[in-house]
Amino acid sequence: MNHWITVRSRQISFRIDRRVPIVLIVLGLISFAIVILSLGQGEYPISPINVLKTLLKLETDNADYDFIIYTLRLPRALIAFLVGVGFAISGAILQGITRNPLAAPDVIGINGGASVVAVSLIVLFPSAPGFVLPIAAFAGALVAAILIYLLAWNGGSSPIRLILIGIGIMALTNAVTSVMLTFGQINSVSQAWIWITGSVYGRSWEHLLPLLPWLIVLIPLALLLSRDLNVLHLGDDVARGVGSRVEWQRIVLLITSVALTGASVATAGTVGFVGLMAPHLARQLVGAGYEGLLPTAALMGGMITVLADLLGRTLFAPTELPCGVITATIGAPYFLYLLYQNRHQ
Amino acid sequence: MVKPSSLIREKARSPQKVIGRSQALLVVGLALCLLVLFICLMTSITFGAAEIHPNTVFAALTAFDGSAEHLIIQTVRVPRSLIALMVGATSAVAGTILQGLTRNPLASPDVLGINSGASFAMVVVLSLLGSVSAPVYVGCAFLGAGLTTIAVYMLGSLGRSGMTPLKLVLAGSALTYLLSSLTTSILILDQETLDEIRFWLAGSVAGRDVSLFLQVLPCMVVGLLMAFAMGKPLTTLALGEDVATGLGLKTGWVKVTAIVVVVLLAGSAVAIAGPISFIGLIVPHVARFLIGTDYRWLLPYSACLGGILLLLADIGARLILKPQELPVGIMTSLLGAPFFIYLARSRVKR
Repeated sequence: MNHWITVRSRQISFRIDRRVPIVLIVLGLISFAIVILSLGQGEYPISPINVLKTLLKLETDNADYDFIIYTLRLPRALIAFLVGVGFAISGAILQGITRNPLAAPDVIGINGGASVVAVSLIVLFPSAPGFVLPIAAFAGALVAAILIYLLAWNGGSSPIRLILIGIGIMALTNAVTSVMLTFGQINSVSQAWIWITGSVYGRSWEHLLPLLPWLIVLIPLALLLSRDLNVLHLGDDVARGVGSRVEWQRIVLLITSVALTGASVATAGTVGFVGLMAPHLARQLVGAGYEGLLPTAALMGGMITVLADLLGRTLFAPTELPCGVITATIGAPYFLYLLYQNRHQ
Repeated sequence: MVKPSSLIREKARSPQKVIGRSQALLVVGLALCLLVLFICLMTSITFGAAEIHPNTVFAALTAFDGSAEHLIIQTVRVPRSLIALMVGATSAVAGTILQGLTRNPLASPDVLGINSGASFAMVVVLSLLGSVSAPVYVGCAFLGAGLTTIAVYMLGSLGRSGMTPLKLVLAGSALTYLLSSLTTSILILDQETLDEIRFWLAGSVAGRDVSLFLQVLPCMVVGLLMAFAMGKPLTTLALGEDVATGLGLKTGWVKVTAIVVVVLLAGSAVAIAGPISFIGLIVPHVARFLIGTDYRWLLPYSACLGGILLLLADIGARLILKPQELPVGIMTSLLGAPFFIYLARSRVKR
């Protein structure tokens, strides 16, 4: 029986694992269910049926539902989902180009770069318009990524040194961020503080809009590049042998990954370990081909983040835990588990 | 013509001479370090928000008259400086022992997550029991530090290749992530604890509880003395496990004792000053650069240099952005993180 589905047209051809469509549909349904559940949860509970009715603009028995769902809860849930998607794709690309199962934007310090610049912006220029934040975070993430790449480069970039350098960069950026938090005005500091723990608290449509263009451009780009990722994954020599422009492709992929991280961090702060977990879980579901892996990881990332946000809101209600704390609490043991899996290397 | 026998005697004597001279040098060097340490201590007492003349400082220490300036010196500046000194010394010695024990240039109490273990344990007990007596508080720091050390050690030595620097550091940073996110959760859920502990968590030697310091001081002194006493076995152990066993060293005992000492030192440092990072990473390298691998000298040197470094960092934290103050933990991170990156580049082979 054929294990692959092959799609050919004149412009583009690709093949994906047979499991991919089914997995994507199931994941999509689960994500949708969690979003519906999440929309119904809160200080003012709404039953899932009414949530659905409100979303479809059908008549419900309470006029307030419309306001609660469309104005308060939907943007938050969507942002959680999209940020998770961004982190997951970014992590999958990073793991591909570094050929390192432990790489993720937060582990190697790219998030740190984005946070420093974004916190500085919030603290030093509180009146800056919303669309500047993603650009600034992207710039910070890019500088961090270039710095990490250069520092880890020593006649070839070794995956292990990459992670160690990343830990160092994280420590440095954390220190600078703390300096910013110590000296800012109390208002902007408390805003930056909520943001930095990785929270989608109080996010509304105006926060969603600056994120969207980035995702609309970058996600299709990432999917287009998945062929190159497959080849790069075989090793630089093999990739060069089959005619890839290795360095060029790596740079384009790195920029895509960094831009996704930057935009996500700018919107929700550092929601840790999603970029690490999602690609691994996806790989277990659909195998290593990046055409199938990227969309699966994306849905998985979105699902994890929405679920983390839901848990953060309900576990200790009425107190809210930022979803970044939840993902880190689950993600750090997962990181240890991966370490255990790779123990013989 | 020189007789051959005298030549031989000359040759035989010269190594001894070298050792003798270098030992004198080491003693002089240590005395010099102590002198610098003393100067730093005095500088730290003299500089601060209120301008106080050095003569007044001297008078406050020798002939206390109860004036505001004398009070500042005696109740604010002196405890702060002494705490900085002791915390720097204990962190540095703990780092030196850890680096020797794990043969890992990147090991230190903060990189391996021991500090975050101690912080987590203290936050948990504060949140569960409200305010607790000092011995319980410090005991929790020791417990947290101890459990984390064991966990990191075990996680870092998984697999066929045994304990590699990378695995140890990765395990440490993963544990740090986990423990700090748990700490954050507790602090968010429990505002009261947050208010009590926020300043402490930033890692600072200012405004610390003097009675707590006095209670922890014996632990620190005992830990330091135990560490100094372990110089010889640690030097032997540094030759490699097999060689050390061959020379008749009970390596298991040495390791266990060394870990107990590390827990004592790192735990008490965290209990007073909060997690202050990278002192335990930087100082051992500086000390080893100065005097080589003889732990009998390395440990006292590390203690001195650690005290000097933290005092200087604290003075810097007070002066750089006068009148505002940086928590000293941020200063040490700003110094230490680039050093960590440098080490990762130059010292980690694979």
